[in-house]
Amino acid sequence: MTDTTGGLGSVLSPVAGGGIPETLLEEAAYEAHRLAATTLPDDVKRAFVGMRDREQEELPKRVLEAIVDNFHAAEDDQRPVCADVGVPRIYAVIGNETAIAGGFVSFERAVRRATGRITSDLALRSNRCHPITRRNPGNNVGVFAPNIEYRVEPDADYIEICAVHKGGAFGTDFRMLVDGDGLPGIRKAVLDAIAEFGRRGLTCPPVVIGVGLGGTKDQSFSIAKQAAQLRPIGDRHPDPDVAALEDELLEMANSLGIGAMGYVGTAGYATDVHVEIAYTHSALTPMGVHQLCQATRRGVVRVHMDGRTETRPTPSWFSDYSRRMGVE
Amino acid sequence: MTTHRLSIPLQEDDVRQLRISDVVYLDGTVHTGRALVYEHVLQGQNQPLLDLANESNVQMHGAPAGVEDAPGEYRLSSIQATASFRYWKYVPDYVERFGIRAIIGKGGMDKWVYEDVFAKTGTVFLTTVGYGIAALYGRAVKRVIDVHWKEELGLPEAMWVLDVENFGPFIVDGDCTGASLAAEHVDSVNKNFAREYAKLPEYVLKRIGEIDHSLANEVIVGKPAGDGD
Ligand code: SF4
Repeated sequence: MTDTTGGLGSVLSPVAGGGIPETLLEEAAYEAHRLAATTLPDDVKRAFVGMRDREQEELPKRVLEAIVDNFHAAEDDQRPVCADVGVPRIYAVIGNETAIAGGFVSFERAVRRATGRITSDLALRSNRCHPITRRNPGNNVGVFAPNIEYRVEPDADYIEICAVHKGGAFGTDFRMLVDGDGLPGIRKAVLDAIAEFGRRGLTCPPVVIGVGLGGTKDQSFSIAKQAAQLRPIGDRHPDPDVAALEDELLEMANSLGIGAMGYVGTAGYATDVHVEIAYTHSALTPMGVHQLCQATRRGVVRVHMDGRTETRPTPSWFSDYSRRMGVE
Repeated sequence: MTTHRLSIPLQEDDVRQLRISDVVYLDGTVHTGRALVYEHVLQGQNQPLLDLANESNVQMHGAPAGVEDAPGEYRLSSIQATASFRYWKYVPDYVERFGIRAIIGKGGMDKWVYEDVFAKTGTVFLTTVGYGIAALYGRAVKRVIDVHWKEELGLPEAMWVLDVENFGPFIVDGDCTGASLAAEHVDSVNKNFAREYAKLPEYVLKRIGEIDHSLANEVIVGKPAGDGD
């Protein structure tokens, strides 16, 4: 994986002994949001161009042409790829050797400020509102918003900020499978999710399908979202049993004759299927499914202890450490 | 699959000649609306602040990505549509009352809306492409003319009145013959789902989660009971 140095030169400054300053974190979070809103990741762009070239049906081919034109327009004009920016959120990988000048409170403050600024600078839609009164503060910031999920990485001296913008009401499902359902139950639940939302193109296909298997009900949902949003297209789980399931589910999803936007097509419904597992109750397999739309938006910026910042093509949310097993 | 470029206000003849899968680009004044606009107008009895039939007979189901930089000064970056079939309660009334000739939306509406309402009123359903190629659509918005009811409804949900040029591409999903493009495509892929389902056993338990599905059960609700004809 190649790293590219980010365009944050103006705020590059060596970090004093006290840790990464808040201003640097704010600029990094801002840049992660900017990339998420305006610039599709390279793996996603490549997948769409490939599908456009392969598609043999006129209607979905036209749709794929428009999808490609759109991601170019978004990047050239610095407009949001899709007007539905969803509920902008952050995944943060925290190196175990990292210090923040103002502590974690300072990091969270930086993220909230960056979210408000990017909303007004890029004219993002302010989706975040009070769930009962619908009062909308207009900046995508509020109670538990933006939500930040953390994980820790050993022997690392950086904070990696990944912003994800995902809109849409359609495509996220849950099923509590029991011990007797086995692999066919998993297949069926994915098929259910595609039948429910893939027809009529409600998920805005081509999609990345994330499947979360195991853990607890809430955990299965979280890892399904992370699987869809935080792994690049083409990536396979290190556990061969999980990887084989990913291949098999992808083949099923693409055997249904659904193309871009749900129209009958030949190039496929999904660009990939990613499965994450968590060890679970011996009687049950809670299962989450998250279908990530054609506006597959993530932006990743790493801030190192020496003040270096870099944008990265994919987040390192999943690592050998985060998927470790056994007693340490 | 013919491509048309049409000016708003759309004329009845313009619209009646369109057929599903035709491609349409628009020039003129488009207004937005989602549930809150419909309720404000249809239930709240608030008269639209412009003459829709003669100035803006195209409504888009969408909330743009846009901000108010200074009082009355708006900046719109991107715009796309939201799932339209959930507005079945309002659309027939709104289209008839305000002479709407095209609804721009996502996912189409259930076929009965096209057959029972649009065929009569001379209205078409134009679907956004992608569905969310919002940066391209945003480029075609020349100016935000005004945003009505932003205090009452909030900025995203308010009625945005937009001056657009070569706004598109949109695909005709529902035409004045009552045909539905999405419904045709759903019908064609159903057999593939049936084939895959046939390979899989029933779940051990009926339902202890949220997914509860059969092929007969689409997300859209279908024709309301009691609306006989
Ligand atoms: S689901 Fe469709 S409309 Fe919603 S954010 Fe994704 S591309 Fe945009």
